[in-house]
Amino acid sequence: MAKLPLIFTVNGVEQAEFVESDALLVDVLRDKLGLTGTRIGCNQGTCGACTVLLDGAPALSCLTLAARANGASVTTIEGLAEGGTLHALQRAFADGFATQCGFCTSGMLVAARALLDADPDPDREAVVDAISGNICRCTGYEPIINAILSAAAEIRGAKTA
Amino acid sequence: MALDIVRAESVGHAAALVAGKDGARFLGGGTFLVRAVTAGHGTIRTVVLNDGLGLEGIDAGETVTIGSAATMTDVARTPGLDFLAPVARSIGGPAVRNMATVGGNLFAWSPYGDFAVALLALGATVSRVTPDGETVVDLGAFLAGGPAGVVRSVQFARPAEGAFRYLKVTRKHPHGASVLAIAALLPVVDGRFAGVRVAYGAMARRPIRTGAVEAALEGRAPGPEAVAAAVAVAAEGTAPEDDPQASAWYRREVLPVHLGRLLSGEAR
Repeated sequence: MAKLPLIFTVNGVEQAEFVESDALLVDVLRDKLGLTGTRIGCNQGTCGACTVLLDGAPALSCLTLAARANGASVTTIEGLAEGGTLHALQRAFADGFATQCGFCTSGMLVAARALLDADPDPDREAVVDAISGNICRCTGYEPIINAILSAAAEIRGAKTA
Repeated sequence: MALDIVRAESVGHAAALVAGKDGARFLGGGTFLVRAVTAGHGTIRTVVLNDGLGLEGIDAGETVTIGSAATMTDVARTPGLDFLAPVARSIGGPAVRNMATVGGNLFAWSPYGDFAVALLALGATVSRVTPDGETVVDLGAFLAGGPAGVVRSVQFARPAEGAFRYLKVTRKHPHGASVLAIAALLPVVDGRFAGVRVAYGAMARRPIRTGAVEAALEGRAPGPEAVAAAVAVAAEGTAPEDDPQASAWYRREVLPVHLGRLLSGEAR
């Protein structure tokens, strides 16, 4: 099968790979780059576990042909922490018991990061909408929603302090 | 499975590529097509990307024109399309809305394709490009089949203020696949409905208009009698399917309830 050149930026680092023409972005991230934090759940765009930021906007990497990411900037769960310090969202998830089995957590965090990038002061309805494409079978969602609101407040506080 | 990824130089070039190769498809956002590829539908052997063809534009004038590559997020954010924003926001979560295109939605099947339901009620036409040239066809005829070609855009007359209504019923909240969707264009002239169009989603394999409901409403004054007349024939002509969202029986049973609510303006 023909291979295609793929040059893109992942978590701030430029990457160059040759990929199969039908390769999915999630497979390149996990298998070529070893970024296994991005999960493959349903592999059909239903569960949201594979959510990444594509040029800053949430996208489902299981439904994105890798060829389409050429020239793009991708942020995965591994790109949330900075310099070994967990992102406020990650800390809030841990502190608020917003993760149980953890399988959905990567996608939830990335979706939440996109929300807070666009809206630093979301209301509860906005948070529910932001994670509405991400399925969690453990938590009942309430701890996740509360953690996102808590992280938003912390980030706003840090900026105004 | 070998899959050729092709970038077209123009919409006409894309149409020629799709028509010229067995198993070639024009790729919108990928929320259906890539899913099919992943599922192993071996009939898809070539994908022509819609990237870089200038199909993302939206003109929210008196005639609304939406490029086929415009996403649900694009529609929801466009000033002047407030009446369509609830439709766009009812589709998927943010990631899906960032990917799913208006053009791609025309090819969706039950229980998906809610945006096409709205367009059907709005009386939209489709500009499609084939190797023979560009033609404009009624969306209903487009959905009924024939050569799809490459969709350039959809267009429709801006509805009168408050004349367009939309309702989507899901089991998963706030967003999920449709148990059913209803879109209605309900213009009132001299105190009576005139030019009514009502469309259903998930009440047949593809979005359909409901001629029985339209006939029941046309010419009547808005009010309880009109609602009752429409509700009485709500399920006529429908052919819903069983799927994990709902059984066909359930869809037929609840359709009149939701149609009544939509027409009477009741909150769910």
